[in-house]
Amino acid sequence: MDIIIASLLTIITAATPLLYASIGEMITEKSGVLNLGVEGMMLMGAVCGFAVIHFTGSETLAILAGLSAGMGMAAIFAMLVLGFQSSQVATGLALTIFGIGLSALLGQDLVGIAYDGLPKIAIPFLSDIPVAGLLLFHHDVMVYGSVIIVILSAWFLNKTRAGLILRAVGNSHDAAHAIGYPVIRIRFMAILFGGAMSGLAGAYLSLAYSPLWIENMSAGRGWIALALVVFATWRPWRVMAGAYLFGGITILQLHLQAQGVGVPAQVMSMLPYLATILVLVLISRNQSKIKLNAPACIGKPFQPTS
Amino acid sequence: MVFVSPLIALVLTLLAGVVLFSVMGVNPQAALYAFFIEPLTSKYGWGELGVKATPLILIGVALSIGFRSGVWNIGAEGQLTLGAICGGGIALLFYDTEAFFVLPLMVVCGILGGMLWAAIPAWLRTSFNANEILTSLMLTYVATLLLSLLVHGPWRDPDGFNFPESRIFSDSATLPIILSGTRLHMGWVFALAFVAAAWVMLARTIIGFQVKVVGEAPAAARYAGFSVNKMIWFSLLLGGGAAGLAGLVEVSGPIGQLLPTVSPGYGFTAIIVAFVGRLHPVGVLFAGLLMALSYLGGESAQISMNLPLAVTGVFQGLLLFFLLGCDVLIQYRVVTRTLISKRAH
Repeated sequence: MDIIIASLLTIITAATPLLYASIGEMITEKSGVLNLGVEGMMLMGAVCGFAVIHFTGSETLAILAGLSAGMGMAAIFAMLVLGFQSSQVATGLALTIFGIGLSALLGQDLVGIAYDGLPKIAIPFLSDIPVAGLLLFHHDVMVYGSVIIVILSAWFLNKTRAGLILRAVGNSHDAAHAIGYPVIRIRFMAILFGGAMSGLAGAYLSLAYSPLWIENMSAGRGWIALALVVFATWRPWRVMAGAYLFGGITILQLHLQAQGVGVPAQVMSMLPYLATILVLVLISRNQSKIKLNAPACIGKPFQPTS
Repeated sequence: MVFVSPLIALVLTLLAGVVLFSVMGVNPQAALYAFFIEPLTSKYGWGELGVKATPLILIGVALSIGFRSGVWNIGAEGQLTLGAICGGGIALLFYDTEAFFVLPLMVVCGILGGMLWAAIPAWLRTSFNANEILTSLMLTYVATLLLSLLVHGPWRDPDGFNFPESRIFSDSATLPIILSGTRLHMGWVFALAFVAAAWVMLARTIIGFQVKVVGEAPAAARYAGFSVNKMIWFSLLLGGGAAGLAGLVEVSGPIGQLLPTVSPGYGFTAIIVAFVGRLHPVGVLFAGLLMALSYLGGESAQISMNLPLAVTGVFQGLLLFFLLGCDVLIQYRVVTRTLISKRAH
């Protein structure tokens, strides 16, 4: 029983960074912008978060640092894509390459430093419930935050006027512009939100998931998050389900490796990547489903014609 | 005019480099010298430039053709790894055979290995509509793990004290050196030949014409009956084949054996090379040399000034940012509001 609870708890920690990154990317994509720089923004969030916890010891500041680092990276992307109308795909790739390099440069003195990890917060009374209490109400602050973000973004997209405008901009920027909505400003904010969430995802990696800094520690999670958005057909609750599914696969292969199943460790480590390809194929093969759900203007540059 | 923006971008990158080095508390003049001049002060250095540029040019040329037709093969790094595995596998199979056919067979298998790895995203895209950016990238991680599995397990050198590396390739499995006193090898000739072939293909053949039309005017291409699926297969197989060749060239040239990592990210840097080279084979040739210099400079600055190797990645990313930003200034004219109202009168 204890082993099962322990594995379920690790699934939650493995899923949380994916959840942050893919919710942020989903909002960005809903506004009609494809940002392939998630991996780079995550790494910057991770290294800045870890640097701040190392130098100040304050968890709040560290989380904020991760968030701002991701946002700063996203601002560069937004300036190029919205201001200079550069190719979204090329700029996103540049952001990832730049982020990998810059985070390695910034973090060169942080390698090998240990940190205990974010403290767990037990919610009074609720955490005393047997099994479920430990499973659901005894986490660090960022796990609670990720669930709140999902609830808020589902509410924002489907129940608010601002969410409706965001979707309109993503589905037809020309129509939205004609009605008088500030397309560029809305997209700018959506990109910044995506960056902030990617930064939080990175901060979670270096502050809680494996509390240390190593070069390139996101190991493709940013790309998996991008695939999760497609898998979830741009819906917040499905993003959450997808993130937990992938968290589960990651932890499952780690446990199988630890058990010493007669399969080489490298084959086990391939599992999350192969699973990503598999779900992408399963969802994408139904073209009409993608067409119905994907923002119609995704990836297209917008030139305001006054 | 389109070739002006890479030059402006380069100047801006150098300026950003001065700022970056000053912030890091390093003398910018000395650092830039170590980065961009010092590597080229010897014949050996020029040879190294060709060695590093070879994989970048091979992959960059092929990717630029794919990017022109709107096919985003981001997984060249994985295709490179598969080329190294397949070509290197042949070298290990014939490690005690000294024969003329070993090297050509390795080249063929390297290319086929890369093509095989690129065929997976092509098939998933054409049959299941799965985004090739994500599938080709995921396969890069799989390829790296596969190589790690092989050199840690079945292909480990039996006399290698358990280090994760293969046997050292025999002489007949190693690319001949073409410039004595350096490490410059036959692969450089492959790269130059590929640039020429790609140039002719784009300028003078039907398939080259189709590449341009599909990328620039998809509707016209559909109307003319050009198959988009054929273009996807062509672009990915070409990219995979070139990346596979690049991987083979690396292991049978400068590396000489299989290691857990056979490339410092050439497959990703080649994306920048393709863009900086303006998606044109000759442009890619120069861009490849420039990026090769950034790798050499990174190593030289690490040795002589104790700067971290990661500076290379920062420079490469900055260059692409500035390039993308400069393009708009080349394509559009900045017009102030007063100018507009003056013209209206």
